[in-house]
Amino acid sequence: MTPPSIAVEMRGITKRFGSLVANDQVDFTLGRGQIHALLGENGAGKTTLMRILYGLYSADEGDIAVDGQPASIRAPRDAIALGIGMVTQHFALVPPLSVTENVVLGHNLGVRLKLEDAHRRVAEAAARYGVEVEPRALVRDLSVGERQRVEILKALYRDARVLILDEPTAVLAPQEVDQLFEGLRRLRADGLSVVFISHKLREVMNITDHVTVLRGGQVAGVVQTSATTPAEMARMMVGRTTFGMPSLDEASAARSAAQPVLRLESVGALDNKGLAALKGVTFDVYEGEIMGLAGVSGNGQSELAQVLQGTRACTAGRIIVVDQDVSGADPERIMKAGVGRIPEDRHASVVPEMTVAQNMALEHLGEFTSNGSLDRHKIRQHAEKLIAEYQIKAKPDDRIRTLSGGNMQKVILARVMERNPRVIIVSQPTRGLDIGATEYVRSRLLEQRRRGAAILLISEDLDEILELSDRVAVIYEGQIQGILPRTEADPERLGLLMAGAETSQETPHGPQDRA
Amino acid sequence: MSDILSTTFLVGLIAATLRVATPLVFGTVGEVITERAGILNLGIEGIMFLGAFVGFAAAAKAEAAGVAGYLWIGLLAAVVSGLLMALLMGLLTVTLGLNQHVSGLGITLLATALSLFGFRVVFGESSVLPSIDPFPQLAPLGKDLLISPIFAQYLLTYVAFLVVVPLGWWVLFRTNFGLNLRSVGENPEAADAAGINVFRTRYAALLIGGALMAAGGAFLSLAQLGAFSPGIIAGRGWVCIALVIFARWNPVRGMLGALLFGGVFALQLRLQTLGFALPYEVLLALPYLVTIAALAIAGRNAAYPGAYLKPYRRE
Repeated sequence: MTPPSIAVEMRGITKRFGSLVANDQVDFTLGRGQIHALLGENGAGKTTLMRILYGLYSADEGDIAVDGQPASIRAPRDAIALGIGMVTQHFALVPPLSVTENVVLGHNLGVRLKLEDAHRRVAEAAARYGVEVEPRALVRDLSVGERQRVEILKALYRDARVLILDEPTAVLAPQEVDQLFEGLRRLRADGLSVVFISHKLREVMNITDHVTVLRGGQVAGVVQTSATTPAEMARMMVGRTTFGMPSLDEASAARSAAQPVLRLESVGALDNKGLAALKGVTFDVYEGEIMGLAGVSGNGQSELAQVLQGTRACTAGRIIVVDQDVSGADPERIMKAGVGRIPEDRHASVVPEMTVAQNMALEHLGEFTSNGSLDRHKIRQHAEKLIAEYQIKAKPDDRIRTLSGGNMQKVILARVMERNPRVIIVSQPTRGLDIGATEYVRSRLLEQRRRGAAILLISEDLDEILELSDRVAVIYEGQIQGILPRTEADPERLGLLMAGAETSQETPHGPQDRA
Repeated sequence: MSDILSTTFLVGLIAATLRVATPLVFGTVGEVITERAGILNLGIEGIMFLGAFVGFAAAAKAEAAGVAGYLWIGLLAAVVSGLLMALLMGLLTVTLGLNQHVSGLGITLLATALSLFGFRVVFGESSVLPSIDPFPQLAPLGKDLLISPIFAQYLLTYVAFLVVVPLGWWVLFRTNFGLNLRSVGENPEAADAAGINVFRTRYAALLIGGALMAAGGAFLSLAQLGAFSPGIIAGRGWVCIALVIFARWNPVRGMLGALLFGGVFALQLRLQTLGFALPYEVLLALPYLVTIAALAIAGRNAAYPGAYLKPYRRE
């Protein structure tokens, strides 16, 4: 095999943000016609490095060569001129405009916008690259997967020979991931070079030729994908071997006489625009059970979490916690009924300017009051106890906004779990956390399950759902498409349900029916 | 009333409607273009006022000096004053990224105060209101036809309806510059990533808008009145702000809104002269009330530009 020629070479790239060194003397070499993974945990500096290549950041030190020529990339248009395209995590699309308008944006010459010509050229380009999109469709009417295709088409339309994809699969359903990979393989065969930013080992193994692993802003290793294993890559990512997760079966012994603790009966709710967000949602969650709720983002998950914590009106049906009807109750009553909640936006569930101790006491101030004023000593003691118990790296008087995501999440976990709630509603509990904190959060959830809590786990991370759940419910356009026991819940089956392609014949049932 | 009288009444009403709507068309199209780029320019009231004053002052001086094209000098001076205010607005909101509401209101206060101060400096405290010989009305259909009055309009009225509106629409929706401008107002990050200069595009939108707003103000002093007074704009800039939302950021709908306001305004003027039983203050308020009602009905589900009011910063 002859060594492939080099498309992009980055040498000694350093980028600082204040005192934080996001990239520290990073070298990166991308071969022509290769798919090259840039792997690392959140905050390892993957995106920063590629934003430098695309001209969105400028490096403090280091050199870039494209096609063997030294390149000075100060803005995206310099990168585009050099044949580099980037699909960022937040799509750079203008929703009210058509696909064509988005594709030709910034690439248009002359005064007049010749829309008919442009439609034709975009359709031709789409056919040439095998990207399925309708040029006249408005971007706001497209699904996430289709939007991603528009982004890729945009780059290809500008004659990109290097395509940077920043966590492209994060927003996709499994089938859409397969489509994406199929497309990437075809483009690679045409000689396109792809940088695939990811932290998902399985996908990196599946699609890439080479892997550069970043850890803490430095290169932790460069390997050929065929010559490595997921375990080796994980070790490079975190700098140690990962902990084994406690297995589910080990903990599932004492659940014979399980009772439904959380019951939803035909629950309906509206979204912010007044349209139906939840339609007849019915399921039970049993004591000592984790029920995973899978779905592509925006199918009613947020609304369901809000209804269950009392911050969104329930327009139909009933919600029963143990034997109390809490439909339409306010958050305080729901909490008193024994529901603990770990919301998806952790920054919105704490008061950033207040201290760790104050945030820990906030929801139950009554217990920290004596003679009508707050007992500061008691609040502090309480915080010290939780900090020790939950291994939080913070002091009681630290303002909570100064904490890392992982530690902030631990504060929220501690606040909920110390009360031994009967029901726990958890949304995206590990989003944005590094591997260590993720493992910690998951093991705490399993511990609560062992204790007998009924846990509803709402997550867009299918791996997380499959790893933790006893049963998996799939939500699509506000309706439960099906509920599968874990043994039957494989990614393919779930993916079909998540895409609304199949409705499970099974009715919502409890663990007893599983036989 | 006889048929003849009511037809004459109607013709007169239409003619007056077009006249009243003219400055609103300038202002609304200017504001539409500015807001499409993501910037609310609340300086519009002040910029129209400044345009009216600068246009009048320059024209009056040039007329006194015996320059033949004094009105055109006045119009040009007004446009330049609008450009300068737009530049200042750009400095505050685009370059410095300050709050658009505060910046715009500040510009209105500044431009208003500058105009009033300038008026005293230039014209002193004369007891007679200074005036100029204004733009004449064109009469393409002569004076004899029944509908002649409708076409007996100022050149700037023709420009507003036949040039500013179609050209504004064409630029926004049929040119590459318009596409860039709209994308900058919807999603500046996307526009930037596509290689469009967000800052330059926003300045361009502000400048076009400022020139149109000032021209709208100058229409009142140079054509309709031939004079300048502190009450010359009387909230027309604010009406334009409402009309932009009514228009859903489309120049053609903006023109319809301006005609609606102009129509009610012209109607209440006629009702006043007919000695209608209502107090004249109520009649005066009528066009503003209609504007609010139209806004409430048509603007309820208005889809604002995505980056409306948001300053753009590269990370």
